[in-house]
Amino acid sequence: MTITGAPPRIEEATQAPILQLSVTDLSLRFGEATVLDGLDLTLGPVGCTMIMGPNGAGKSLLLKLLHGLIKPTSGRIDWSGYSAADVTARQAMVFQKPVLLRRSVAANLDFVLRSRGKDRDRCHALLDHVGLTHKADQPARLLSGGEAQRLALARALATDPEVLLLDEPTASLDPASVLAIERIVSSARDRGVRIVFVTHDIGQARRMADDVVFLHRGRVAEHAPAAAFFPEPRCQAARDYLNGKIVV
Amino acid sequence: MHSIGESIALAFQLVLTGSADLIEIVGLSLQVSLSATGFALLIGLPLGALVAISRFPGRNVVLAVMNALMGLPPVVVGLLVYLQLSRSGPLGFLGLLYTPTAMIIAQTILIAPIVAALSRQILEDLHCEYAEQFRSLCLNPWQSMEALLWDARFSLLTVALAGFGRAVAEVGAVIIVGGNIDHLTRVMTTSIALETSKGDLALALAIGMVLLTIALTVNAAVQMMRTTAARQAYV
Repeated sequence: MTITGAPPRIEEATQAPILQLSVTDLSLRFGEATVLDGLDLTLGPVGCTMIMGPNGAGKSLLLKLLHGLIKPTSGRIDWSGYSAADVTARQAMVFQKPVLLRRSVAANLDFVLRSRGKDRDRCHALLDHVGLTHKADQPARLLSGGEAQRLALARALATDPEVLLLDEPTASLDPASVLAIERIVSSARDRGVRIVFVTHDIGQARRMADDVVFLHRGRVAEHAPAAAFFPEPRCQAARDYLNGKIVV
Repeated sequence: MHSIGESIALAFQLVLTGSADLIEIVGLSLQVSLSATGFALLIGLPLGALVAISRFPGRNVVLAVMNALMGLPPVVVGLLVYLQLSRSGPLGFLGLLYTPTAMIIAQTILIAPIVAALSRQILEDLHCEYAEQFRSLCLNPWQSMEALLWDARFSLLTVALAGFGRAVAEVGAVIIVGGNIDHLTRVMTTSIALETSKGDLALALAIGMVLLTIALTVNAAVQMMRTTAARQAYV
């Protein structure tokens, strides 16, 4: 019998670091449709990597593959010797549309702290960190989009991840909410959490990126330091994308 | 035998004066059916949750059986429990036949499948929404089940209500294993059956009124709780 949603093994935090990441010849197909087509990627141990690219380039699915939520059709994901499924518990992911439990803001956070065996007294400090202390007792599902994402971030940070995977967490949010989330993510990066951030927002990528991975047609079209990528992208698709042209 | 009009007047009088017989019968009914509902929830909810998040060969057969058991005929359940608890049955030594305990057992068997099948559907729908987040958080199956049961609590109230409604309204099972013994195992439905057959419509009507009032009150209470919960986006 299999339990759907059964977690991958939780490794002990005392194990060797899981970075760097090496992805080799990664492919993902759904029937006839090819989403990722022989993708290669290497990520170093620190910093914030922004993953960009047009819709359908496979950004979100790449993130889920790296997190071990789905299995590739072929290819290899190597987190310093661990498979993606082996290190899911050492990462945290914030989805574009966060799923919040049908309980209060504080109870959402407490649930994660309790389930993962963390110190439950950290709840208020985490809420304070994301600016939601005043909403602690409110139903989580009545939060605004920006507040819901901040709670999702607090929940992710509550698991003390080594890698934080963010799938367009600021899509459709107002500038103040975007700024609040970017500050929280930057502070996590400054504490040594490795950030992998999917975004469509070029301005955000410029503000946050240490390096940029540009995906196009299921492959890495370009991977470069931010300082080199934004002034002069090497590939045509990235140039067009940054110039506001429609890239398909 | 009274006319229907006189019977209704007498019934109101019995309800309003709080006849001792009536209170005893209503009290036992509630005790039996609430206990059975409680036990059925204890059995049915974890079972429903486990099936909701599990995938295994033959799952569709299990689902079909769970759904089919929702329609268990009360008299058949009564008969099966009777056979187990009768003096010559395997559990006859317990001396439970014709006791409220036997009635609770029969009603629990009757409504546990209802709770399991209905909760399975509710929890499976919720799990579709939560599954990816739960995998990301690395929750184990028990943590997932606990979270699903708690988050579906207001929807599951309706399941509990369906179970309680079935229990408090059924007559077939409790009359077989309880025997409708005065001051011992007489409950509302068996009283109505007995008094109607005797032609004493007043008591039967009075009990009927109480039964309807209980059903309406419980439904209204659950509806109010769900409305409050919906306002907080907890449904």
